[in-house]
Amino acid sequence: MNTLTPETHFIQSEPYYEPVGEEIAIFEAAYANKLPILLKGPTGCGKTRFMEYMAWRLKRPLITVSCHDDLTASDLVGRYLVKGGETVWIDGPLTRAVRVGGICYLDEIVEARKDTMVVIHPLADDRRALPMEKLGQLLEASAEFCLAISYNPGYQSVLKDLKQSTRQRFVALEFDYPEPELERRIVASESGVDIALADKLVRFAHMTRNLKGSGLDEGASTRLLVHAAKLIASGVHPVTACQSAVAQAVTDDPDMLAAIQELSASLF
Amino acid sequence: MTAPRTRVEIEALLDVWLETEFTFHQVGPMARELCRLERTDQDFILDWIKRVATTHITLAHRFGKQAPDMLRRMDRRAIEAWAVHLCDVYDRAGMYAALDGVAKVGSFMQHRHEHAAGALFEDSAPILGNFVHGLSGRRLKVEQGDAAWTDGEKIVLPAIVAALESRPDNFKLTKAMVALLWAQTRFGSLRVNIESVCASYPDPARALAQFHGLETLRLTARLAHELPGLHRDMVRLSRELGDQLAEGWADLAARLNDLAEVEDSLALLDTAYALPDFRPFSYQGALNPEAVATARSARLEKEKARLRVKLAEMAEEQRRRAPDQETGPKEEPEFAAQPEEDQGQLDFELTLNDMPVAPPDDVKQLLTSIFLDFGEIPPEYLVPAGDGEYDPSLYQDQTADPDAVWQGTYHEEGALFYHEWDLGRQHYRKDWCVMREKDVKPVYDDFPRQTLEKYGALVKQLRHRFEAMRDENRLLKRQAQGDEVDLDALVEALADSRDGSEMSDRLFMHMHRAERNIAVAFMVDMSGSTKGWINEAEREALLLLCEALERLGDRYAIYGFSGITRKRCELFRIKTFAEPYSEEVKARIAGITPQEYTRMGFAIRHLSKLLNGIEARTKILITLSDGRPDDYFDSYRGPYGIEDTRMALLEAQRAGIHPFCITIDKDARDYLPHMYGAARYVILDDVAQLPAKVADIYRKLTH
Repeated sequence: MNTLTPETHFIQSEPYYEPVGEEIAIFEAAYANKLPILLKGPTGCGKTRFMEYMAWRLKRPLITVSCHDDLTASDLVGRYLVKGGETVWIDGPLTRAVRVGGICYLDEIVEARKDTMVVIHPLADDRRALPMEKLGQLLEASAEFCLAISYNPGYQSVLKDLKQSTRQRFVALEFDYPEPELERRIVASESGVDIALADKLVRFAHMTRNLKGSGLDEGASTRLLVHAAKLIASGVHPVTACQSAVAQAVTDDPDMLAAIQELSASLF
Repeated sequence: MTAPRTRVEIEALLDVWLETEFTFHQVGPMARELCRLERTDQDFILDWIKRVATTHITLAHRFGKQAPDMLRRMDRRAIEAWAVHLCDVYDRAGMYAALDGVAKVGSFMQHRHEHAAGALFEDSAPILGNFVHGLSGRRLKVEQGDAAWTDGEKIVLPAIVAALESRPDNFKLTKAMVALLWAQTRFGSLRVNIESVCASYPDPARALAQFHGLETLRLTARLAHELPGLHRDMVRLSRELGDQLAEGWADLAARLNDLAEVEDSLALLDTAYALPDFRPFSYQGALNPEAVATARSARLEKEKARLRVKLAEMAEEQRRRAPDQETGPKEEPEFAAQPEEDQGQLDFELTLNDMPVAPPDDVKQLLTSIFLDFGEIPPEYLVPAGDGEYDPSLYQDQTADPDAVWQGTYHEEGALFYHEWDLGRQHYRKDWCVMREKDVKPVYDDFPRQTLEKYGALVKQLRHRFEAMRDENRLLKRQAQGDEVDLDALVEALADSRDGSEMSDRLFMHMHRAERNIAVAFMVDMSGSTKGWINEAEREALLLLCEALERLGDRYAIYGFSGITRKRCELFRIKTFAEPYSEEVKARIAGITPQEYTRMGFAIRHLSKLLNGIEARTKILITLSDGRPDDYFDSYRGPYGIEDTRMALLEAQRAGIHPFCITIDKDARDYLPHMYGAARYVILDDVAQLPAKVADIYRKLTH
């Protein structure tokens, strides 16, 4: 339990990923220079997939932690547990990644508690070391270790903003929804629907993205489109698929749900 | 089933409601009509006559005369909507407009079926408003009006669409109207100066109608391509409603395919003028070139100024980012914008000195809007504004000085509007209260110091108590989960297990990090009746409260409310949520002076809106008042005001806000429980208690 079996965290086959810009080259350069990486962008636009792809490309194990508002530094570093009357130290995911020289990806970092920054900061600058307070150790990261975090600047809450002292340590890669043509290709190849249908879904996504700010916090992400396309490929009617996979996922407001339904019904 | 009311019974009711003794309205014929109906229908219409009568008796009389006939043709929801619509028109435009609305009931519903279930504006508008925002192009608003038309900035829809029998179909028809009106803006119909084109024909009105026909055909073809699902519905509805092309038009329809532009329609206008009249399609709405021209001329200059200022900002930012670029030091920034239409989505590629730049959303919106007006981005729009070239008043929306607005003839510019609940009508009066936020003039005097001195001991005590309430991080021991092992618990547990008894699993310590997550708005009565003692006590109470709240760290805002008539409802900013407690806030508290009356609904509605904009787990709205709701020379005093206030409080509660009231009105037991609920108020018997109590009440409330 304490040791990482790297095989389980290696990505064996190439994940499907369509590059949008130069993100692969930038990531590789940053990795070679031991710089940590910040992925910015709305939810469901391919950040996690990109990480999987890069882990596969660099042949390093990938450990992903989805941060939540109860995530503490101990959850990342590790803690003592009691086992048969003895206390046993258990490494947290971040420690494991540092030990084996893997890629640790902290998804939606702003959700985590503020005290996690204490362990992230020394890893993210040229010290590249993880302080393990409870063990009284300082764990140095090997050259292969890489820290990546993600962050969605779309949240309008001031509480969910990334502090300058944190963000200024990272090489930032900005992600957005792909261009229509690329998005069409992604939807088609992920779900197996034909390109004409993928095209309509992308149009539909743009309609919901136009609604951002006038009732929707976020428009439909590429991920949701793929979900809808998969439902359609399995025989669900397009309007129903859009409603279940997209509309219901982005809002609970009945008027907005009805409006999105009207939009999809107008297209299909 | 209950027996129908007799004529005599009905007449007696109408006599009272319509005050026939003074108004001399003839109720005999109306009663004769009504007594023939079934009891439920009678009750329904009588109820609405009574409700409309609280707005205007003559209006109720006319409504009553029409209603039985209406009942044969429409379902009840539509009649209800009609009644509310009449009252709204009366509120907005007065008696003549409302009576006109009664007379034109036919145009209101375009009935063709018995008991048609119409699609009401108030049901369709929220959905179609979002629908049209989802489509690309300029963001169009949806408003209610007399017919379906657009001016390129808003889409106006009638109060009800009832051309078909079922409600879903009528909704689909409304949606088709909205889509076609949207297409007029999006695909260039409004780009041409159609008035001057038509003026060259012998009969300009007929030319306009024929042009409208051509555009309807062209845009229908365009919609078939853009929104095929909607087009299927349009074709079906059109067939059901018997839309047909007049002779000779089929040929034109074939020529206006999905690639045709407005210029193609113009080119065909001569041909069309020679043809028989175009028979309007049921979803085509009306063309209103005058409104289009007005909206457009107001928009053009403002958008040009806005875009040029934005571009100047972008150029400046670009310069700052790359200060040591080798390009010539004085190179003028040169923008170019290339529209890109992909998948019906309108996008722009913006370049600065041939380098692509990503336009922010507001610039994209501007480019879209300008493109829709011209079909291109005119080069002069792409010249960044020079220093001081534009007066901000040209491109910013005017925010009028609230005091200046009131001087001279009042107008409603820059004000916010709030609904008000009308007890008699049992319905909201739309946009009834004209509300403005104003500043309290700070008074820098000795008041804060004196007050803090006067209540020195109390202030100390309050600070102390409030500090004790601060929820601090604390280490919880013996937890089932936690960051660290609790050694005491572990030792005990091991001893237990050696002993043979069961070992506890609560072996960890957990750091409890609690955050008080409360936002509170204080709504302070600034009516004339607070003059003297009460005002003094209020100001002292607020000061002590601030002192205490600062210790606690809760977010809070303080607003004073007052007003005279619905046209002048005022909220006075004493402290906003964003503002820190400062000398100026203290001076504003010192500057609180009694104003006019106690209209409350608007204040609750506005503060609820402010509270909703704050992210907090608990939201509280506390009212400090000295009496019941009241206003100058209108019906706000009495049940009307109480019911409106109660409704506003219910709305707040529905939004997750906890209202609470602190009052010094001894009679408040008569109405406060009804307004706030049994446990949501405190009555203080003595004004002098106010300063000492308010902070304490708050403490108990949030503990």
